[in-house]
Amino acid sequence: MTDATTELAPYAFVRKETLEQQAAPLSVAGPLAWVRNNLFSGPVNTLLTLLCVYIVVVSVPELVRFYFIDAVWTGANRDACLAEKVGRPVGACWAYVGDRLQYFIYGSYPISERWRVNIVFALFAIGVVWMLWNQAPKKKLGLFYFFVLMPIAAYVLLLGGAGAERLLRNGLIVSLVLAAIYAVLSFVPQLVGSYLGAANLAVVREASPLKRFSGPKQLVLFALVVFVLLGLLASSIGLPRVDTGLWGGMTVTFLIAAVGIVFSLPFGILLALGRRSKLPIIQLLSVIFIEFVRGVPLITVLFMANTMLPLFVPQEWSPDRLLRPLVGVAMFAAAYMAEVIRGGLQAMPKGQYEGAMSLGLGYWSMMRLIILPQALRIVIPGIVNTFIGLFKDTTLVTIVGIFDFLRTIEATLVDPTWATPTTRATGYAFAAIFYFLCCWGMSRYSISVEKRLAAGQKR
Amino acid sequence: MSTISTEPVRPGRASLLYDPKIRGYVYQLALLAVVGFLIYSAASNAIENLRAQKIASGFGFWHNASGFDVNQKLIPYDASTGTYGRAFWVGLLNTLLVAAIGIVLSTFLGFFVGVARLSTNWVVAKIAMVYVEVIRNLPLLLQLFFWYNAVLKPLPNPRQSIQLPAGALLNNRGLYIPDPHLGPGGSLIVWAFLFGIVATLIFRHWAHKQQAATGKQYPIGLVALGLIVLLPLAVYFVTGRPVSFVYPELAGFNLRGGIQIFPEFVALLLGLTTYTAGFIAEVVRAGILAVSKGQTEAANALGLRAGPTLKLVVIPQAMRVIIPPLTSNYLNLTKNSSLAVAIGYPDLVQVFTGTVLNQTGQAVEVVAITMAVYLTISLVTSLFMNIYNRRMALVER
Repeated sequence: MTDATTELAPYAFVRKETLEQQAAPLSVAGPLAWVRNNLFSGPVNTLLTLLCVYIVVVSVPELVRFYFIDAVWTGANRDACLAEKVGRPVGACWAYVGDRLQYFIYGSYPISERWRVNIVFALFAIGVVWMLWNQAPKKKLGLFYFFVLMPIAAYVLLLGGAGAERLLRNGLIVSLVLAAIYAVLSFVPQLVGSYLGAANLAVVREASPLKRFSGPKQLVLFALVVFVLLGLLASSIGLPRVDTGLWGGMTVTFLIAAVGIVFSLPFGILLALGRRSKLPIIQLLSVIFIEFVRGVPLITVLFMANTMLPLFVPQEWSPDRLLRPLVGVAMFAAAYMAEVIRGGLQAMPKGQYEGAMSLGLGYWSMMRLIILPQALRIVIPGIVNTFIGLFKDTTLVTIVGIFDFLRTIEATLVDPTWATPTTRATGYAFAAIFYFLCCWGMSRYSISVEKRLAAGQKR
Repeated sequence: MSTISTEPVRPGRASLLYDPKIRGYVYQLALLAVVGFLIYSAASNAIENLRAQKIASGFGFWHNASGFDVNQKLIPYDASTGTYGRAFWVGLLNTLLVAAIGIVLSTFLGFFVGVARLSTNWVVAKIAMVYVEVIRNLPLLLQLFFWYNAVLKPLPNPRQSIQLPAGALLNNRGLYIPDPHLGPGGSLIVWAFLFGIVATLIFRHWAHKQQAATGKQYPIGLVALGLIVLLPLAVYFVTGRPVSFVYPELAGFNLRGGIQIFPEFVALLLGLTTYTAGFIAEVVRAGILAVSKGQTEAANALGLRAGPTLKLVVIPQAMRVIIPPLTSNYLNLTKNSSLAVAIGYPDLVQVFTGTVLNQTGQAVEVVAITMAVYLTISLVTSLFMNIYNRRMALVER
C-alpha cells in the first residue's frame, strides 16, 4: 500500500536531508534587535536615548579636548598656560600639578626630611596589603603590626625629636626584656628535663625550645626587629623634630584616615559590645556616646575638639593643633564603626553564643574566639564603606585650619605663580582623580569581599 | 543496692570573685568612676582655664549686641540692633531652609536616577551609573568648592548678567528672580491655591475610599490639576490680575529689585542635592531590586504596562525597604548642610559656631547649643520617619 501511495502522489515532496539551521530573524536577535529593544522600544525611550546621546556627544569631546588635547603638560610658571602667551586655546594646566606635586604630597614638610614620610607611606602600604589581601600569611602578626607597631613607627618617623627617640628607646627596652624573659622561659623545661631526666617531662619532647619560643612570642620578636631597624635609622641619620604645623598634603589626609581606622576599629568593637551588654550602665553609656556622636555633624565634633579640648585639659598639656581634629575624627569614626559591628553581632545566630557558653568559655573568650571573628568577617563590606565615608570626611579638617590635600590645592590656587583661568579646573580635576581612585578602589574591594562571602549561599 | 540519693546536688558556693552578678556590679562601678572622674577633671580644668583666659561663662551673651551683619536672613536682623540670640535664629532658619529644599529636590533626583539605573535603556542606565559612581566617590567638600568656585564665581558680573526666561538674571552675585507684588485682592489667589491643595487631599482620600468600596476609579490627577492650578488662575483673572512683578534692573554696578538668591545658597543647594541624590539613587535601586521579580511578572500578566507596574506594584513594596535608609540620608543631608561654613553660606554653624564663637570665645556654650540643635533635628526627624515607617510597614497576621 505504501508503494501505491507514493506512486499515486508523484508530486509529493519529501525532504530527504535536514535543512541548515537559519539565523534568527534580525528583528529578534543580533545587534540591531538589541538596539531596537533597548534603545528605541517606544517613543519615550527613543526620546530618552536621543537626549542622553546628545548630552554625551556634547560633553565628552569637550572634556577630552579640555583635559587632554588642549592641555599644557610642561612649563615653569603661569606663562605656559596663558592662551595669549602660548598662542593657542589652552585647556587644563597639568604643568601646574607637576610643579606643585611635591607640595600636594608632603605639604611644607622639610625637603631634606621627606624620606621619612616616604618610609611611613611604605609601612602603611605594607600594613594595608597585609590586612586586605585574603591569602596573606600570618594575619595575627599583621593585625599587631597595623594596630600597634605601624602607628608607633609612623609617630617616631614623622615627628622625630627627643620625644620620639625616648619612645623608641622605651619600646626597644620593653621588647628586649620581654624577648629575654620568653627566651629563658622556653629553655626552662629543657634544663629542668636534663636535670630530672627527660622522661619525667612530657613537654620537652613535644616541642623544641625554638618552636616554643616562636608562637605568640613572635610578636615581640617582630617588634624588636622593627624597633632596632628604626633605632639604627635614627642614630645613623638622625631624626630632627618636624613640627606638625609643617605637615600637609596627602600625608595629612592619609594620616587622618589611618588614625581614624586604627582607633575606630578597637573602640568601635568595645562600643558595640557595650551597647549589646546586659549591664545597664555600660549599655546606657555606650548608647549615649554612639547616638550623640551620630546625631551631630562631623564639623561640630571638629569644632568641639578644636575649641573645647584645650579647655578640658590642664594648660600645660594643651593638645597640638593637629592632634585635636585627630581626636575628633577618631571619636566620630568609632561611633559609626560601632553601629556597623553591632549589625554583625546581631546577625550571629544565638546558637553560636550558646555553643560557646556550653563549652565553658567566659564572656571575653567567647567574644574573642567565637563571636567576633565571625561577626567581623560578615561586616567587612560595611567596615570598608565606613572607611570610604571617613576618607571623604578627612577633607573637613580643612575647616579647622589643617593643611590636608584639598587645602593644599586651595592654597596653590591663590598663588599668583600659577594664576591662570584654567588652573582651578585642573586643580579640582586632580583632587577629584585622587579621591575617586582611593574611594572607588575601596568600594571595589568591598564588593569583591561581599561576593566572596556570598559564595557559600550560591548554588 | 544502696539507695541513690534523690536530693539535688547543691553547687558549692562559688567565690564572690566569680559571681557574674557581683562582677557586673564591679565593672559598672569602675566604669562609672572612670567616666565620672573624666567629667569632673574636664569640668574643673575648664573652669580654671576659662578663669585664666578671663572668658565669661553662662548664657548671658545671648542678649548681647552682635554687631555683625548676615547677608541672607529670613527674619529681620541687622548689625546695629541684632543680638547673638537673634543671629542664632537667623542661622538656624537658613540651615532649615537649605535642608528642607535640598531634601525635596534630592528625593526627586534620587528616585529618578535610581529608576534610571534599572532602566532597560542601556544608555540611560550607564549614564545613571556613571553619575552615581562619580558623585558617591568624591568628597562633598570638593563638590561644594567646585560648584561655588568653579561654576558660580566665574559667572559674568552684574553688568553682563545672563538673561534667563521670565525676566530672571544670573551673575556672579547670585540669581535674581522677579519679585511678585500682590495688589488689592491678590491674597485671594494665595487662599485659592491653599484651598485647592486641601480640597485635593480631601478628594483623594474620598476617592480612595470609594475605590476600595465600589471599585470605581476617579480621575484624581485631573481634579488636582483643576483645583490647584486652574482655580487660582481663574481667581487671578476674576480679580483683575492683581499680581505685578518687580523685575531686577541694572542700577550702577549692581542690580536693583527682584529677589536675590545668593550664590552661596545656590552652590550649597546644588552640592547637597546632587550628592545626596547619588546616595538616594542607590537606596531606591536596592529597594526596587528587593521586590521579587514575580511581582513584576504578575503585574505584567494582569496587563499592567511598565508605568503602572512601577507605580502600583513595585514602588509601594519597595518603599518598605527604602524608607529606613532614606531617613538616614535625609539626616545626613541636614548634617552635611553644616559644610556651608566652607563656602560662606550663613547657616547655623557659620553664623553661630563660627562668628559668634569667635566674638564671644564661649566655646563650651556655643558648641553645646549647636550640637543640641542638630541632635534635636535628628531625633525629631527619626521620630516622624518611624511613624511613617510604621504606617507603611507590612501588615501581617
